[in-house]
Amino acid sequence: MMKKDKNFPGDKDIEIILGTLLRVGVVASMSVVLVGGVIYLLFNHSGIINYGTFDAHKAKFSSIAAIFLGLGRFDSEAIIQFGVLLLIFTPILRVVFSIFGFLIERDYLYVLIGLLVLIVILVSLSNRLTG
Amino acid sequence: MRGMSVLLFTLIVLAGALLAGLIGSLTGLGGGVIIIPLLTLVLGVDIHYAIGASIISVIATSSGSAAAYVREGITNVRIGMFLEIATTVSAVIGAVITVFIDPNYIAIIFGSILLFSSAMMIRKKIDRSDNDTSGRLAIFFKLNGSYPTGTGIKKYAVHNVAGGFFMMFIAGIVSGLLGIGSGALKVIAMDNIMRIPFKVSTTTSNFMMGVTAAASAVVYLHRGQIDPGIAMPVAVGVLLGATIGSKILMRVKAERLKVVFAAVVTFLALQMIYNGYMGRL
Repeated sequence: MMKKDKNFPGDKDIEIILGTLLRVGVVASMSVVLVGGVIYLLFNHSGIINYGTFDAHKAKFSSIAAIFLGLGRFDSEAIIQFGVLLLIFTPILRVVFSIFGFLIERDYLYVLIGLLVLIVILVSLSNRLTG
Repeated sequence: MRGMSVLLFTLIVLAGALLAGLIGSLTGLGGGVIIIPLLTLVLGVDIHYAIGASIISVIATSSGSAAAYVREGITNVRIGMFLEIATTVSAVIGAVITVFIDPNYIAIIFGSILLFSSAMMIRKKIDRSDNDTSGRLAIFFKLNGSYPTGTGIKKYAVHNVAGGFFMMFIAGIVSGLLGIGSGALKVIAMDNIMRIPFKVSTTTSNFMMGVTAAASAVVYLHRGQIDPGIAMPVAVGVLLGATIGSKILMRVKAERLKVVFAAVVTFLALQMIYNGYMGRL
């Protein structure tokens, strides 16, 4: 057997884990969106919509808390938003896994870089940036 | 926009998104390039909603294809992570400022990026990668790598890290501003400035796109720009189209199609710029 790369022996395993994670995340989130979408169409198909002007106050599910509350009521739009949330968190989770991967490899420089990326996303999650 | 029934709206958007995903995977353009003109120009949707829906399709397609690429060992995870510092910060900045910009100006910026993307699509690509000594930054950040080819493992060196990082920052701002992956700008940063081999740069840029888009998607979500009624058909349609596209990609000569699609994209770009200039958005 040929040794792949002397410097980073764990890279291949991490790549397989990351690939699986991304695939599972996309399939799971899209399934949730689809279920929510079918329920949404069943109950609202003849409703009239107008997206002509953006109105931030019209949004019912614009925070994680609101989405979970709506999920409890089995609201179809909340289910779709929950699927969207899962989709958004798929690449974020990928960063978390990468950090662990680099930790196992003792590549602390890249643990730091990964944490930096994560912090940026956490800041954007803080809800204070939307103005 | 006139009122429209939910069912009709969903079906039109679903069909359009499917086409967008299909064309996207055949040409390498993101789904947003077609989905945003469809929503705004054809259906009269406010561009801020269109941007929110588009970013969701970017996350779906990039994560879906990155899943396949990353297993092949072509993606350089370190280059991706390192440049994500630039793209996430700038994507958040772009997403924060986009709502303060007049929709007509956004349309003009969008059209200009589209024109640029279509020019990049038909341009002849020159692989300028090599394994010569690279700068101190590339060595410090362990960016130089290798990837499997038909003739064995090929090594490459990364050049001009600072320049590439700066270009990625610009790409992130555009991504956050317009809700697109801005792949064309990322290619400039990686192929032309950092001189990374094509296979590595395309897969790595795809790999990064998900995180970059997630950073701005969170801002859009909190602002109410992601509406479930639009996001649902867009995400489902684009992913379905991209999956079909990747299946037929092996059987179709994509090079000839590219000229046709470049013409379509140029037309869409001019439409966006014209309507923005006339203040119709």
